[in-house]
Amino acid sequence: MFKRIRALIIKELQAILSDPQSRALIFMPVILDTALFPFAVTLDVQNNTLAVLNRDSGPASIELVQRFSRAEAFTHYLVLNNDAEMRDVIDNEKALLVLYFPVDFSRKVERGDAATVQAIIDGRRSNSGQIALGYVETMIESYNNDRLSAEGNTIPSIITVRHWFNPNLNYQYFVLPSLVAVITTISVLVITSLSIAREREQGTFDQLLVSPLTPRMIMIGKTVPAILIAFIQSAMIVVAAVAFYGVPFHGSLALLSLSVFCYALAIAGFGLLISSICATQQQAFLGVFTFMMPAVLLSGFASPIDNMPRWLQLVTEADPLRHLIVIVIVKAIFLKGASAPFVFNNLWPLLVIALVTLSAADWMFRRKIA
Amino acid sequence: MPEALVQLDHLSKSFPKSEKAALEELSARIVAGKVTGLVGPDGAGKTTLMRLMAGLMQPSTGSITIKGLDSVRDSVALRELVGYMPQKFGLYEDLTVEENFNLHADLRGVVGRDRDQEFERLLRLTDLTRFTSRMAGKLSGGMKQKLGLACALLGHPQILLLDEPGVGVDPISRRELWKMVRELVSQEIAVIWSTAYLDEAELCDEVLLLSDGKMLFNGEPGELTSRMRGRCFQIREIEGSRRQVLTRVLVCPEVLDAVIQGQSIRVVLRRDSDKPDLTKIDAGAHANWASIEPRFEDAFLDVLGEKPPGKSPLAEQLTNLPRDGATVIEAKNLTKRFGDFVATDNVSFQVIRGEIFGLLGPNGAGKSTTFKMMCGLLQPTSGTALVTGIDLKTSASEARQKLGYMAQKFSLYGNLTVHQNLMFFSGAYGLDGKEQAEEVGNMVRIFHLDPYLKSSADSLPLGFKQRLALACAMMHRPDILFLDEPTSGVDPVTRREFWTHINSVVEKGVTVMVTTHFMDEAEYCDRMALVFRGRIIAAGTPDELKAKARNEAHPEPSMEDAFIELITRDHHEQN
Repeated sequence: MFKRIRALIIKELQAILSDPQSRALIFMPVILDTALFPFAVTLDVQNNTLAVLNRDSGPASIELVQRFSRAEAFTHYLVLNNDAEMRDVIDNEKALLVLYFPVDFSRKVERGDAATVQAIIDGRRSNSGQIALGYVETMIESYNNDRLSAEGNTIPSIITVRHWFNPNLNYQYFVLPSLVAVITTISVLVITSLSIAREREQGTFDQLLVSPLTPRMIMIGKTVPAILIAFIQSAMIVVAAVAFYGVPFHGSLALLSLSVFCYALAIAGFGLLISSICATQQQAFLGVFTFMMPAVLLSGFASPIDNMPRWLQLVTEADPLRHLIVIVIVKAIFLKGASAPFVFNNLWPLLVIALVTLSAADWMFRRKIA
Repeated sequence: MPEALVQLDHLSKSFPKSEKAALEELSARIVAGKVTGLVGPDGAGKTTLMRLMAGLMQPSTGSITIKGLDSVRDSVALRELVGYMPQKFGLYEDLTVEENFNLHADLRGVVGRDRDQEFERLLRLTDLTRFTSRMAGKLSGGMKQKLGLACALLGHPQILLLDEPGVGVDPISRRELWKMVRELVSQEIAVIWSTAYLDEAELCDEVLLLSDGKMLFNGEPGELTSRMRGRCFQIREIEGSRRQVLTRVLVCPEVLDAVIQGQSIRVVLRRDSDKPDLTKIDAGAHANWASIEPRFEDAFLDVLGEKPPGKSPLAEQLTNLPRDGATVIEAKNLTKRFGDFVATDNVSFQVIRGEIFGLLGPNGAGKSTTFKMMCGLLQPTSGTALVTGIDLKTSASEARQKLGYMAQKFSLYGNLTVHQNLMFFSGAYGLDGKEQAEEVGNMVRIFHLDPYLKSSADSLPLGFKQRLALACAMMHRPDILFLDEPTSGVDPVTRREFWTHINSVVEKGVTVMVTTHFMDEAEYCDRMALVFRGRIIAAGTPDELKAKARNEAHPEPSMEDAFIELITRDHHEQN
């Protein structure tokens, strides 16, 4: 039996690696995504435009405006003259944020009264707008503190924030480890589901079924190469993350490999399940997409799972991507150097998913053939 | 001489990345009111020539002139003149017959009252009126071809290009198609009909015979065929194994070609050669020669000058299986339903060790379904399919270890090399180490695969693909071979070589089950079953089936005559 499975695995790897097209399909995403993702998926707010309508000409507003224009988040700075322009820059996305200083701003500050600044944020870009507003608030706060200390007053207590595991909130630390999850998902799905569909189209699948190979052996023969490819890809991403982006790797390689293995197994289960239903590559491709979109959405990669309604949070438990993201980043082998018990605690759901999907695929195959 | 509608002038076409030209220095003229056959095996250049004439490609050198218009410069004007039916019908399978019609009419600018008249005319011609609301994908092969033909005829083209309209069409629908084409030709349309079936060439008025991009013959098919007169014979009343006799006939230097026809052997002699001595061939005391009519295929082989091999080194690898007369394959009341549709209806047959058993039938008759159930690829709704007494769908791999399987279009791994394919298939059957290397080496030697070991299977010439597929199916030395349409599209020499191998392994006691729609291939069977509408409507030896179909119109029916006769008879009985 082992000989036959070995023949299947060798054939599968040869088919993937000898064809320039499928070779490109495996390695190009790794290279492209590791090169582009860290820059494209930045959640930092940078290179934005700040517009200011200053009705006040006192020293307080001028100093604040100067501080803003020096900030990294706003590289462009627009001076507005009237309300109509305010509407225009927001409506036409010329500025992310407009600050309005009323006529009596500096006067109130001098007097020690509460002075107000109005901030108008482009709600269509809610996320960046929120973050930009955060910057503004921080700057006003530090201006206040500076004024107080200049007057010789001390502030009773200050909150100092330190971000544990990622002190500079460097988003590359977050994005690169999750790439391991995203890219292996795609290739394992593609290899398992599309390659069986291709064999169906070519007629080689019948050839396999007529041979002494059992459906289970064929499944193993498709799963093992997919896992091997997932390993190669993960290794490439980890090396790139550490070597080129300087992402710290605090955890154990063995635990990471184990996680990738269990994860690839779970995804292979989904891939085989898709291929057991699909007759053509086109159908399998649609199947892959149908799986991918919710899998990414529910994984916590784009938005935190804690923000989802309770029932949806339960659904996310069935999403293998979610579990891998928990292990690889959030509390993280990568950044935190997660301990073995922590990893095992988060691995078993993957194994349960793998068990369920693989048995379902096995059942589907035998039902369809027999 | 009538005016030429199409003039090919030193036409050549080569494609980048391929050393050999697809077409080489072709010059010919095609006239109106005739069916011109573009004849040759797959890869001869037929489709390339079609596409050049349709103005879809530009010639590398030379030119095509259609009614005084150049195919490149005046391609827009030519579109009005030329109707083209590509190989895969050019139909939208998810649209109904009428929607397909409308779409093609819109594309061709046939509108208003013209359109209604055209529809009426073409529906009458194709007899599709009853099916206007059916999805094109749900039509039978023959009806699809008719619809494709009707769409190509919209807008009154003067030249009709039909790319392999005979593929996937059973003999009955094929006759109907020919009748339609004949009617068109009488209206002074030039029809160009491409085909890989050499027997179709005989139906054409003119023939361009292509092989490897070169034109071997241009003229009336009868002219070429008549050159073979006096060189075609049958050896009748053979005693002993006709397969062994065939081997002895083929090694005679005087013989150009020989094939089995039922209990007889059909022999074509080389030019200026005498019949070989029957005692030398050892065909038995009563064996005798009978003179028969030549066929176009004979002439093609004569022009090519290649001769199929008589002996197969493949069989020498095999050990003799005991001729115990055991039943190896058995179908018991096999039935398969897909919803309301009964694909296979209560089919039973038995195949004895060392026999070639054929399932013959039109497309969609249920022979593939039956075949798939026999090799365990499909679960019967009721009844059992037994191979060596074991039910394949429940049995484990040991039973399947004894099977060899060759699918339609040789299912090989296209992007793997020849060597990788051989290694995989031998590995899948449990060979490894020295034994595997030895077996792979044997196959490479027997099938002369040496020069191609590092080439991908997709890049092989068709003949070598066929050899590789057979090698992959034979490495584990199966007792039983399943062949699904094993030689469709390959040239006659390759087909004969294939059957030489099959004949010789059968002599060693291997049992073969084959599906085919090639009447020639049916002749190689010891026994066969004619499948129609899911049922076996006739079974027996090829000669028995022919005898059953004998009538006044066909005192000496060919396999095709018998096929059509038996099916029409059944059709009348059922209605």
